[in-house]
Amino acid sequence: MTFELNDDAEALRRVVRDFADSEVAPHAAAWDRDHTFPVDTVRAMGDLGLFGIPFPQEYGGGGGNLTLLCVAIEELARVDQSVAITLEAGVGLGANPIYRFGTDDQRERWLPDLVGGRTLAGFGLTEPDAGSDAGATRTKAHQTADGSWVINGEKAFITNSGTEMTSLVTVTAVTGSEPSGRPAISTIVVPSGTPGFEVGPSYRKMGWHASDTHPLVFTDCAVPAENLLGAEGRGFANFLSILDEGRVAIAAMAVGVIQGCLEECQRYANERIAFGRAIGANQAVAFAIADLAVAAHAARLVTYQAAALADAGKPYKAEAAIAKLYTTEAAVSATRTATQVFGGSGYMDETPVARHYRDAKVLEIGEGTSEVQRLVISRSLGLPVS
Amino acid sequence: MNIVVCAKQIPDPAEPGALDPQTKTLKRDGKLILDESDMYGVEMALQLAEAAGGGEVTLVSMAPDNKVDGLRSGLAMGAAKAVLVSDPALAGTDALGTAKVLAAAIGKVDGAQLVLTATESSDGYTGTVPEQIAAILGMPSITFAKSIEVRDGTVYVKRQTDAGYDEVECPLPCVVSVTAGVVEPRYPSFKGIMAAKSKPLDQLTLADTGVDAGSVGWGGGGQEIVGIEDAPAREAGEIFEDDGSGVDKIVAYLENLKIV
Repeated sequence: MTFELNDDAEALRRVVRDFADSEVAPHAAAWDRDHTFPVDTVRAMGDLGLFGIPFPQEYGGGGGNLTLLCVAIEELARVDQSVAITLEAGVGLGANPIYRFGTDDQRERWLPDLVGGRTLAGFGLTEPDAGSDAGATRTKAHQTADGSWVINGEKAFITNSGTEMTSLVTVTAVTGSEPSGRPAISTIVVPSGTPGFEVGPSYRKMGWHASDTHPLVFTDCAVPAENLLGAEGRGFANFLSILDEGRVAIAAMAVGVIQGCLEECQRYANERIAFGRAIGANQAVAFAIADLAVAAHAARLVTYQAAALADAGKPYKAEAAIAKLYTTEAAVSATRTATQVFGGSGYMDETPVARHYRDAKVLEIGEGTSEVQRLVISRSLGLPVS
Repeated sequence: MNIVVCAKQIPDPAEPGALDPQTKTLKRDGKLILDESDMYGVEMALQLAEAAGGGEVTLVSMAPDNKVDGLRSGLAMGAAKAVLVSDPALAGTDALGTAKVLAAAIGKVDGAQLVLTATESSDGYTGTVPEQIAAILGMPSITFAKSIEVRDGTVYVKRQTDAGYDEVECPLPCVVSVTAGVVEPRYPSFKGIMAAKSKPLDQLTLADTGVDAGSVGWGGGGQEIVGIEDAPAREAGEIFEDDGSGVDKIVAYLENLKIV
């Protein structure tokens, strides 16, 4: 068995790597320092077709697949996680729910601009009191006599929700109760600028400073009946069904982070002189970099194997969780190792490894914590359910 | 206006290159990519075709082992089709033989009015092929273009010189070599990459081109590489401790080089 990406993937990798090195890497430190969301660069990513990679051509997409999306995300994350998460969330959480659950009218209305990277969408699931426990959603929506949905509640940590490109946010809200008594959750599209939809100030985050993240508040926010996305009460089930793709895409980000750390360390260990020789001549440094190469290789294999399963239409829930868990924990370790290789310089904000170190931690949290991944994996093993 | 761009496929400069001690030439058995210096010609051609209100951009290349990855990059940028000449008999062909093959391939492109090339390749650096192609095709040639416009059958070129630039014009059809400053190449889009796979790519053998087999390959060249050796290591510089006479020493050094 060989495990190689095909010519399409290699051609895409070459283009995105070139774009990342030329258009992203030189600015990443400044965007991070100034907390700038790089609108022009994100639009250029749209022109490259990156936001349309996995979507059909009839909606303006590129007719690609999850593997190809992962290649693009990996290459961006290699130099800047903020830009990579903007793409990952724009595709996986912004456009994908509308593609998966939207009616023809909803797809035609919103998808072409999202897929073309001309607009961005957020997905409002997490709440101040409902993170991993997404079933504890408190945001409520009720239907008025004319069919409009009126939403009240708060969302937290919503990516791409407040940029000047943001056109809408899809939110989960309790719209009733199931026969079992559990809350029935639906998903509703709220266009930016809708009265009663307030985007709170940007969070002060530990990293991902060039990624856009806000709290959202809905106060008697009314949207038309046709903004209900998917069947009423199916929001939670729908949400669960798109999680697996997002986990593989986050794993691709982690692969890029490890690769970026590896390349930075290779360069630095050849250049930096201490005790009369390049530091890479010391086994303590060389072995640490060897470990980074191992992590990059292993992370790449678990990620692209999960993506290949998804693209082949085979079950991959456990593989997606394994990929997300393994790669993100490996990425956090890799950034710590890379910072150590750089010594004092690695603790300086302007070095890429310092930025990767701050940025990487959230990879173990967003789109399903490491603990949730272990839950998913253990359930796939036929163990007793608690 | 139909435009031909000569597009060389070369070993990736990011990978360490190697010389074959037997043939004394660059090893080309790995993956080949589009020479970056040819991306400027591709972009210029796409812009000129668009400005002319239409026309096809065709890539022409000679490469071993039917390698097409570099041509796919140019097709992904927007070129309409490509012609590749690949034949085991072409191994070892020198610059003039290459020009003969490329000229013959260009002759097979319908209605080609303008031929764009780089000033030189990034792996061979002879810098002679563009003018050789022009001579073989019997076309005028302009070199080192930093900008190109085409109006009413005439090409207007700003030709880069050491002192600035010359304004040069000549009638179509002609051959123009472009510098890296002529235009900024676009990034191929994802759709362009996917579409490139289904664009026409004609593969020709040496016999298809009609070029005499005796004028190409190892035996056909008018030159022979008799030896290769490593470039001499750079010698260590002179180090002076500045005892107050540093300025005088620097001036004396520069005078010795006839710089001041």
